[in-house]
Amino acid sequence: MKELVILSGKGGTGKTSLTAAFASVAENGVLCDADVDAADLHLLMHPDVREKTDFMGGNIAKIDAEKCTMCGQCIDLCRFDAIRDDFVVDEIDCEGCGVCVDLCPEQAIDFPVVKCGEWFISDTRFGAMVHARLGIAEENSGKLVTLVRQEAKKLAEAKHMELIITDGPPGVGCPVIASVGGATALLVVTEPTVSGLHDMQRLLELAAHFKVPSMVCVNKFDLNMEQTAAIETLAAEKGIPFVGKIPFDPEFVKSMVVGKTILEYRQEGELSSTIKQIWKRIQENL
Amino acid sequence: MIISVASGKGGTGKTTVATNLAVSMGTGVQLLDCDVEEPNAHLFVSPKIEQSETVFTAVPEIDTDKCTFCRKCSDICRFNVIAIAGKTILTFSELCHSCGGCMAVCPEEAITEVGRDLGQLEQGTFDAGEFVHGRLRIGEAMSPPLIKKVREQIKPGKISIIDAPPGTSCPVIAAMKDTDFVLMVTEPTPFGLHDLKLAVEAVKMLGIPHGLVINRSDMGNDDVWQYARAENLPILMEIPFDRAIAEAYSRGRLIVEAMPAWKGKFQELFSRIEQLSKARENRN
Repeated sequence: MKELVILSGKGGTGKTSLTAAFASVAENGVLCDADVDAADLHLLMHPDVREKTDFMGGNIAKIDAEKCTMCGQCIDLCRFDAIRDDFVVDEIDCEGCGVCVDLCPEQAIDFPVVKCGEWFISDTRFGAMVHARLGIAEENSGKLVTLVRQEAKKLAEAKHMELIITDGPPGVGCPVIASVGGATALLVVTEPTVSGLHDMQRLLELAAHFKVPSMVCVNKFDLNMEQTAAIETLAAEKGIPFVGKIPFDPEFVKSMVVGKTILEYRQEGELSSTIKQIWKRIQENL
Repeated sequence: MIISVASGKGGTGKTTVATNLAVSMGTGVQLLDCDVEEPNAHLFVSPKIEQSETVFTAVPEIDTDKCTFCRKCSDICRFNVIAIAGKTILTFSELCHSCGGCMAVCPEEAITEVGRDLGQLEQGTFDAGEFVHGRLRIGEAMSPPLIKKVREQIKPGKISIIDAPPGTSCPVIAAMKDTDFVLMVTEPTPFGLHDLKLAVEAVKMLGIPHGLVINRSDMGNDDVWQYARAENLPILMEIPFDRAIAEAYSRGRLIVEAMPAWKGKFQELFSRIEQLSKARENRN
């Protein structure tokens, strides 16, 4: 079984629109939305949720006011300044390290596990999908990414599917690192801008760091032909397959507005054949 | 006054708004790029970097001569950093959250703290004032401590503009928390609106006054205006899609450079932010 993870470094380059487009032509695949922080793939997939499970992320310290003698030890110990002067824990700042819990001389601090989000197994018109929703202002996004990817793998194995297409998060930090490990290959979707190029380079460094092969495609390539050429050259120099380029086209936004993938919205024409061609090259390189 | 620029969805124009707003203010502004995973503001304001330092987070180092293998350190650690098997200790420092628990419980004082490289903190100047950003080391997972380090450079009394990372989880919270105003940049598409709603929830949770900039305002549908009305969310600026703006952006040029008429609009945007945050202060 293979897993293609679609990433970009920079946000808003078209990861999700392309993931959805590929999902509509891929056969025998499971879809996975690993952008658990700001998941959008469901807006095009309209999943029919079959299973919903709570994501129990970490623990949060809770001071029992009746047992607390206000000795101040927890305040001194907390490196995250999460305990206020009135001995109430700021849930947003609490890192869940439990140091205050273990070292409180009165054992006045509880450490309940908290629900950090939910994850789902769903049916879509293009097959099964695993997705999630991390709670607002929550931590543990990496843990949830790992979980949805594992569940997608289990589902693919159970259904004898050959491929997982994973829509990844932006950036190069915790949730991206959790998206990269064990992937067959990454598709880096970039745009021909100074930011797109800068962020792609950092992402390619990350891929090399974790020894995961990548391929590159440029979205909105005609906004700056020189930058597009620079990206192609960079890919060639690094020996990274360049799988194609897609023009800037307001049709993407129009298809999003009606909740369809671009290939459903425009079944014929140049844009659609370009995207299908890219998908073909991705498969050859996977 | 600290203004953070956030969005939920990536690629809606946070950096565009933060940089254009900063240069439109004249001089004496601080621009802080807290999107340490993918910092881009420097590409648009070309700062002269005068100071660069590596930022570390504390991780344990265990002196095996002093260690009695009592396991107290590995028992307190919730992040599975310390593994002890017989007389062998393994530390996985990349998992460490620097809580200091292991050091606090070690009865033998066998643990000292060493640094794990989080990335670079770079500071310098640009046309409108001071520039600060962080660059997360490639392979490093935890961005909030570096974001906090960038924010430590804020000078009270100045106008400080923070370019925040996308999303709604811990890195964004680290960038927005305790700022005076959150400027939310969105696009009128289903993805933009969906993620904006999440970001608004986060800002409300933090209790910070906020307002909206709608970028590429003519590409999408009307839902974001309806949402803003229903939520009583002030729309402070609309930037229509303009191929000239997109092309200028692609080359690292600011809107106010390519089209100087926009400078006045960004100054007006700042006045409205000032009014809204003052109105809030007066109410308190």
